[in-house]
Amino acid sequence: MEQQFKTVITSKRKVFDLHIRETFRYRDLIFLFVKRDFTAMYKQTILGPAWAIVQPLLTTVVFTIIFGSLAKLTTADVAGNFEIPGFLFYMAGNICWAYFSGTLQATSNTFLANANTMGKVYYPRLVSPVATSISHLISFGIQLVMFFVIWLVYLLIGRTSIQVTPALLLIPLLVLQMIVLSTGFGIIISSITTKYRDLAMLVGFGLQLWHYACPVAYGLQLVPEKYLTLYMLNPVTPIITTFRYAVFGFGYFHLGYYLLSWAMSLVIFFIGLVLFSRIERNFMDTI
Amino acid sequence: MLKIDNVTKQYRLGQIGGTTMRDELQRLSARLHGREDPTRRIGARTYEKNETFMALKGVSLEVKKGERVGIIGHNGAGKSTLLKLISRVTGPTSGTISLNGRVASMLEVGTGFHGELTGRENIYMNGAILGMTKKEIDSKIEQIIDFSEVRQFIDTPVKRYSSGMYVKLAFSVAAHLDSEIMIMDEVLAVGDLAFQKKCLDKMNDVSRQQGRTILYVSHNMNTIRQLCDRVVVLDKGLVVFDGDVEEGIGVYMGAMRKFDFHYEYPDMFHTNRYAIGGIRIQELFVLNTDKTVFETGDTLNLKLKYSAEREFEKVLFRFVITINGVTHVGTILSEDSVRIRPGEDRYLNFSLSLNHLMNGHFRFDIIAFHFNNFGREQVIDGVYPGFFIDIQNRLNEDCPIVWLPQYWSFVQLEKAKILES
Repeated sequence: MEQQFKTVITSKRKVFDLHIRETFRYRDLIFLFVKRDFTAMYKQTILGPAWAIVQPLLTTVVFTIIFGSLAKLTTADVAGNFEIPGFLFYMAGNICWAYFSGTLQATSNTFLANANTMGKVYYPRLVSPVATSISHLISFGIQLVMFFVIWLVYLLIGRTSIQVTPALLLIPLLVLQMIVLSTGFGIIISSITTKYRDLAMLVGFGLQLWHYACPVAYGLQLVPEKYLTLYMLNPVTPIITTFRYAVFGFGYFHLGYYLLSWAMSLVIFFIGLVLFSRIERNFMDTI
Repeated sequence: MLKIDNVTKQYRLGQIGGTTMRDELQRLSARLHGREDPTRRIGARTYEKNETFMALKGVSLEVKKGERVGIIGHNGAGKSTLLKLISRVTGPTSGTISLNGRVASMLEVGTGFHGELTGRENIYMNGAILGMTKKEIDSKIEQIIDFSEVRQFIDTPVKRYSSGMYVKLAFSVAAHLDSEIMIMDEVLAVGDLAFQKKCLDKMNDVSRQQGRTILYVSHNMNTIRQLCDRVVVLDKGLVVFDGDVEEGIGVYMGAMRKFDFHYEYPDMFHTNRYAIGGIRIQELFVLNTDKTVFETGDTLNLKLKYSAEREFEKVLFRFVITINGVTHVGTILSEDSVRIRPGEDRYLNFSLSLNHLMNGHFRFDIIAFHFNNFGREQVIDGVYPGFFIDIQNRLNEDCPIVWLPQYWSFVQLEKAKILES
């Protein structure tokens, strides 16, 4: 009589073996990782989670002074006579970028940072990047609330061109896309860094450069028309411009580029998952 | 329950990882130009690309539900690799491992503990990493805290714990896991003796009452004896024994070397770096041919074959007695010195009294030494190990009880006199 086994470990690897069901079974662990990240981050600080607000707030103030008042870069995404409060403009870009870059950087470190634990115990490896991504999402949530409070203040005071439009409903979709894109990039890099540590160096520095390629510190109008297509190929750009379009009620929204950016996000995410599942089985031998 | 079928695990030798893309490119270009690898460290051994090391060379095992299997073997025998494969930390190179139920692996205590979190939070953390759900931990947390004996500090961050408290807490979590298969790698070697015993008892309980399967790796034969009902001996990646506990331990210890009537000493035995040389101990014959197990009080007659390159005026010998070269028991010195003249195939006879040695499997190292012109002791040659003998104590006037070396050590000293006052 052949015995039935629930778990079978072999040397063969399937191309796409992600343990999604198993990862879901470990949802308590995901939750605990998120909680641990949060507790560990703000333990022994006076401000605690308020740091999540202080950081983008200060960055935005600096941006408003340097890029707005001193450099006088345009804050317009499209030509027209719009009154955009610079502070809100920079903050919109900043919180999106902060989530994107933060998640990417943290998930790209998945294997290296958890090598100790993963070398001793098995749990679905995907748990780690998922938890990282969620804990950053919480910070982003806090920042988004802060953003909307300020947004509401501007809206009530008036004298701006901000309108409330149905485009606001795009925000959940945008958030989802940011999660997919940043996590996708992160796990690709994390898979490669198990062998080449260079990439870990490159991430911090590369993200700084990438920042300039995104319309965070300036409006899209600054980009010459002939380079626009090239510029829009950066999958982060449509996210940021569309986000501003959604919250301000006007701005740049191009369905084609937006869908392209979605497609790129999904492809990157998919590649990331495949790479990740290939690496996770044996990465302990090479790390 | 758990079926391991012809599993192998291969590791690549030499440096893997830790290499940069620049190094790889340089290496590639050097290969294309037929030059030597520029990134290689000077003097480092070059490993062929396909030079590998087989940590496991085809291991097959079947473990039934509720069995407590001890896995023993020397360092590098593949014990930890096997446990890693079963706990899915890394994948096998070939073969299959099939199992039912959850696996709780304790290859280390306190995996995933975070210093900033309190003891209580870490229980949840550690439990979840080991595969428990929050609900399960909720229902067991009181038991876990009680078992850990650190209730007083349970809401303090563990970074302020002493290492003992840390270990106790970590083990408590693992011991309360509801997994069908538990894997432990030498984890009981920590914590104080009382707690160790408590852990072993707990493991015994859960296995007997709830039918958990336990795989336990240890170098401590006593804990193996206490916990396991079956032993698997691994040697160089292969299963060399599978069965009864005492027999398995015997095989493992025997693999270390057993008693023989004739020993030869090739180069690998002459490991003393400070030996000045000049005399070479070559072979040893045990002349007591009537027995293989000696008794306390016996006299051991040995014949030593040696060669000498030069003359030594006064050579002395010492026999250093140890248990496996680790626990030192005592030393026997030669009574007088002997004059050694150069020549091949020379012999010396020794007679050793085994008066004070009690029960045990002893290793004797043979060392020839002399005093140089400045009166300093110098080792001329030594063989490590020299020979092994088993001693049993006879029940007689000299020792009316069975000697228990685990409590009393291996030597019986002079008797105490009772003086009436």
